[in-house]
Parts: sequence; structure tokens; C-alpha cells
Amino acid sequence: MSSTVAQPGTDGMPVFAEDMPPTGTYTISDEVAINESERLLTLNMGPQHPSTHGVLRVVLKLEGEVILDCDPIIGYLHRGVEKLGESHRYAQVVPWTDRTDYVAAPMNNLGCVMAFEKLCGVESPERAQYWRVIMSELSRIASHLVWLGTHALDIGALSMSLYCFRERELILDVFEAFCGARLTTNMMEIGGFSRPIPDGLIPQIREFLRVFPDRQKEYDDLLTANPIWLARTKDVGVIPAETAIDYSLTGACLRGSGVNYDIRKAMPYLVYDRLEFDVPLGTKGDVYDRYLVRMEEMRQAIRIITQCVDAVERMDTPLMAYESEYVIPPHKGTMTTAEDMQRHFVWVIKGISPPVGEAYAAVEHPKGENGYYVVSDGSSIPYRFRVRSPDFVNLGVLSHLAKGAMLADVVALIGTIDIVLGSVDR
Amino acid sequence: MNDQPLWLTFIFAFLIMNVLLIGMAYMTYFERKMLGAMQDRMGPTRTGPKGLLQPIADGIKLLGKEDLIPRAADKWVFFFAPLIVFVTAIVGAAVIPFGGTINAFGRDLNLYITDLNVGALFVLAFSSIGVYGIILGAWASSNRYSLLGGLRAAAQVVSYEIILGLSLVGVFMLAGSLSLRDIMLEQQTNLELGPLTVKNWFILSQPLAFILFMIAAVAETNRAPFDLPEAESELVSGFHTEYSAFRFSFYFLGEYISMIVVSLFAATLFLGGPSGPGSSDHWYLGILYILIKAIVFLFFYIWLRATLPRFRYDQLMGLAWKVLLPLVILNIVVTAAIRLASDGLLF
Repeated sequence: MSSTVAQPGTDGMPVFAEDMPPTGTYTISDEVAINESERLLTLNMGPQHPSTHGVLRVVLKLEGEVILDCDPIIGYLHRGVEKLGESHRYAQVVPWTDRTDYVAAPMNNLGCVMAFEKLCGVESPERAQYWRVIMSELSRIASHLVWLGTHALDIGALSMSLYCFRERELILDVFEAFCGARLTTNMMEIGGFSRPIPDGLIPQIREFLRVFPDRQKEYDDLLTANPIWLARTKDVGVIPAETAIDYSLTGACLRGSGVNYDIRKAMPYLVYDRLEFDVPLGTKGDVYDRYLVRMEEMRQAIRIITQCVDAVERMDTPLMAYESEYVIPPHKGTMTTAEDMQRHFVWVIKGISPPVGEAYAAVEHPKGENGYYVVSDGSSIPYRFRVRSPDFVNLGVLSHLAKGAMLADVVALIGTIDIVLGSVDR
Repeated sequence: MNDQPLWLTFIFAFLIMNVLLIGMAYMTYFERKMLGAMQDRMGPTRTGPKGLLQPIADGIKLLGKEDLIPRAADKWVFFFAPLIVFVTAIVGAAVIPFGGTINAFGRDLNLYITDLNVGALFVLAFSSIGVYGIILGAWASSNRYSLLGGLRAAAQVVSYEIILGLSLVGVFMLAGSLSLRDIMLEQQTNLELGPLTVKNWFILSQPLAFILFMIAAVAETNRAPFDLPEAESELVSGFHTEYSAFRFSFYFLGEYISMIVVSLFAATLFLGGPSGPGSSDHWYLGILYILIKAIVFLFFYIWLRATLPRFRYDQLMGLAWKVLLPLVILNIVVTAAIRLASDGLLF
């Protein structure tokens, strides 16, 4: 558009000669006469908004209550985890991953540690692998409980959040007994677990396994057939399978659309190939389908944990692959003999220097594929540390889903994508 | 009807108003305790024995807060809007009868402030005016969330008012009056139900109207699952986002008092008001009964809030116009036909 022959039009906007029809009368339709910015209401949701699950900011263009345009803006919780990972020694990187998706910290640890193990060629012992599965499935339930509680709260079911956090507390108690921390667990170590499993942990987990299915039945009773819940979730935020693949969604967002891709089945890691479990799939890909998929995933997680606890109860094999030079030396002896203490001290201070190379490991995080890519240049600090966080990728579909939806649907859509801003922004 | 001196009416009005205000304060306590019990937690426990002083502490806290008025706000409208909500909510209680005329303290006393011949309409009218407070407050805040909340309130109240008003038409036809006192007295007559003789509570003859009235009343008072104007999750409290301190508490007071008034109203219209065993001999039992009935309704409100998700705006409108309105008209037609048939005027 040239700026040479501009003259003011009736709506105050310049009218350009080349926009004029060559013949006939120049009429201005209502859409043009009223400036578009005056017809639409721009609503800024967030970063301080109770239902954007943290510091997500969404700029909405509304016509009445209908959304014409939705622009998610992220970065308010960016801490540079990737850069931090490139300036710390390998074992020191693991705690940073806690802070990405803090509602399922053990899963982040696991992905990171698996990438490091792949790089070093270390394999953790079988018993440690079972324990890793137990902890990651527990954190899957913990994460889904946060999702269910906040998602239901966004849609208006007030009590749900309290019920969900009540059960999550039991899981956090297990984490606390296992590693001492509840939220930022820093649970996994390269090579397995260096600390012994505390006594009474297995009965504690069994108690949770006993209690939880009944409690989940309560959630089912409150929501699954509730007409208001159905009205709010059915046919809302439909993601067809092709769209889900196009947006490279993973996790329940993908499986809710009926695409069967679960890393635990597609590329089994740890001992998942020895465990029996089903991957629930949705049909339509709406909010309700993803709700059902996640509810079923919790039931399957209970199945997996039960099998693992049964297996691990009789095992007395080591928890740590001490034979490898990349694994922290045993704590035992550091208090009594100088040699052990020195070895331990040197390992901790100098860290490990994996061979030159690169590795990518992905786990089936509660939110999708959580991948860790690490490049080693032979030094004790990763040359490149990259986190593929599932909800960052999944969030991409939000603006696609929100177009044409109602204002109240935005919170349902943010909830159904299941984001944690720590993980989105990293 | 007993003509009593004006000062007696004033005393009674003063009593009712204070009972409502204290009742409202303890309504919040009741709600928090009930929600706590339903959500596996304690509710307030720290302020006073069993947290009983919590409402008073909350009131003092609200008085002591800074009163913020946004710079862009329309100050006068911002100032008056909460008062509209508060006053219209409390005025409705003027026509609620807590009993008939009694003889106490050597005088004939009316257990109601006034007996308007259009009492039911009076309650409905004031609850409709109340929504102006919401809309004006939302507009005056000059906040977009508030504006959306106010627009929702306007649309919602206009729709549900129709249901609310029409659901009562059946009751009016049966009672033959709009005066709440006449409606109350009508329900103290006996009704033969086969071997049983029960009081002619209108919930028995107008069950559909009762259900519709309750749904519309929940929507009219902006409570869950119809709390769209203040939808916390998307509109961050909607119309009162910008209100703070005691200005905010006027909205709060207004909401809870209108809940209490609607509960008393429903008890009067459908559950016989003060009628119950022994109430014809002892007037204080009657007052107790109507309060118990109102508390049952209030519990119902809290129960809904603890259980149900929130409707979406379009679904709320769809429910009102596509489901409730045909039902309420059906109820009117059927009631009218039966009434005419029983009088031998039909066919």
C-alpha cells in the first residue's frame, strides 16, 4: 500500500486510492465504519489471575463473551534452567529439574538422570528401576490430582480441589519418607539410589494403594455423570487427531484425541516392558475425553505401582550401580576411613566427566513427553542441556482451541492442557 | 388485620433488621463451617470458642481496611451502587409474616412489619432493583472484568426474574391473593390426602413451581452454580473486583441478606411459613418454624455451592429460556385448568 494518495475517509481512517473500486459507488459496510478496535473488547488475563495456573498471560479479543483471538504470552517464570544446566556439574543439574514441573518433580529428575546415564553408559540396578517406576507413577497420580483439583475448581466445582489435595498429601508423605523432601524432591541419582529404602515405606505405599481407589470413586461420582460438568466439558476444546499430531501434542492431550502414543509402550524405559497396564484413549478429543483419559491413567498407575511393590518387596539386590566410575561412591565409610572420605569428596567436588557425545532420554511425564537432551564435550559440565517440556509444546494449541469459544471456556481449556508455568517457562 | 401504632411497627422493623444483620453475619459462619465439613476441613476455629466470633472479627477487619476508589471510577455511582444492593436486599423482609396477630404484653401485636396486598410482588420488585446495584457498580468500576460481570448479571437476572415471577403464579392462583399474610393463612387450612389430613402447604399442590422457584432463586441471588456475575475463576470476582473495605462488604451483606430473605420468602410461599405442630397455640413456635425452614433453604444453598460446577453463560441462558420457561408456563396452565375445573367453570 503506497502512502502517496491518502485522504481521510468517513471513519477517520485514511482511504487509499488503490482501495477504491474502479467504478461505482464506494460504500462503507458496518464492519469498516466502526473501527474494529472499538467493537472488540481486549481482555488481559493474567499473569496475576487465579485461573491461569500460575503466571500465564492470555490476551483475549472478545466480542461479547465469544473469543475472536487468543494470544498466550509466557516467560514470566523463566529461570533459565537450560543455561543453569550448562554451568553446573552433572549431579548438580538434577535439582534444577525439580523446579521445572514442580508438581511432578520425581519425573523430571528421572528424565534428566536417564539422559545422563545414557551418556555415561550406566545402567541402574533392577531394584532401583522398580523403585523409580513406583516413584514416577506416584508422581503421575500426584500431578493428575493437582490437575483435577484445579481444573474442577476453574469450572466451579469448589470442593474438588480440597479432596484432591487431601489425597496428594498421602503421596507427598511417601516422598517425604523416601527422600526427605515433599515438593522439590531431587530424588533420582545417576546410577540408582544411594540411600537405603526406609523401613515402613512399603506398608505406607500399600496403605495409599488401598485408600486411593475408593477416593477416586468419589471424584467419579461427583463429576463424571454430572450434567453441568458434561455441559462444560463435552464438545469443548475439540482437538482432532490430525491437529493433535500437527501441534506435536503429547500425553493426555494426544491420547484424548485417540492417538495411541505412550512412551512407556512405544519406547519402554526402566521396567515398563515387564509391567501390565493399559493406555487409555479418547475418541473425540474434547475436554471431557481428556478428563476421562487422565482419570483412567490414575487407575492404571495404581495397577503399575501394585505390581512394582509386589516385585520389589522380595528383592534384596543393590540399589546403586556402584561398579561404574560415574556413580557416586558409597556413603558408607565416609565417616570412618580417610580413603573413602577422600574418594567421596573428590567425586563430589570434581563431578563426573562423561565421554564426548550426546544423549536424549524421554519419559512419559503426566503432561506428555518430557525429554532431556544433553551434549558432553568431555568436561564435567554439560556442553548443552536442553529440556523438552511437554506443556510448553501442548500450550501451543491453546490459541487454536480458544478461537470461537466462550470466555468461561478459556479457563477450562487452560486446565485441560494441564500446564505448569515452571515447566512452560523453564 | 390489626392496626397498631406506628412506633410498635418501628420497633418490630428495628428488631427484624438487626436479626437480619446478625443472621447474615452468622450465615457466613454457618456457610464456612458447613463448607468445611463438606470439604473435610475445620472451618473457622481460632476466633472465640469454636470460631464463633469470626464474623465479628471479619466485620471489624472490613471496617479497618483501606477504602480504595480506582482513579478511573465514576465516584458517585461507585459510592451508591453497593448501597442499592444492600438496601433493596433488606427491604424485602418487610412483608415476610412471622405469624399472625398475637396477644402479648397486654396488646395485640402483628408479627410482621406490614401486610401489603401485593407483598409477593414487592419482594420480587426489590430483588429486581437490587441488580441495578450490581450493574452500576460494575460499570462505575471501569474495569473490564467488572463490566463483563455486570453484563452477565443483567442478562441473568432479567431471564431468571421471569421464571421466578411466573413460578409463583400458581401459588397466587391457589391462594387468591398476593399478600404474603393471606398466602400464609391459606396454608394453615387443612388438606385431605386420603386418610391423612395435612396442612395445605403449597409445596404439596405446587411441587413443580417449588422446584422452578428454587432454581430461579439461586440464579436471582447469584449463587453457585449460577454465580456467573462474580465467576471467580474467569472474572476474578466480576462486578466487585474493584471494591474493597466496607464498600465491598455492602455487596457481601446484600448477597447474604437477599439469600436469607429469599429463603424466608420460599418458606412462606411453599412451606406454610410459621405453620407447624403447635404453632397455632404458641406464636413463638411459629417463629421458630419459619426460621428452621429458612435455615434448611440456606443449607441447600451451601450444599449446592460445595457440590456443583458452574454453568457457562450461554448454557445458563439456554436453561432459562428453553427448559424452565416452558415448564413454568405449563405449570400455570395446568394449575389454572385445575382451579377452574374445581370451581366448575371449565367445561
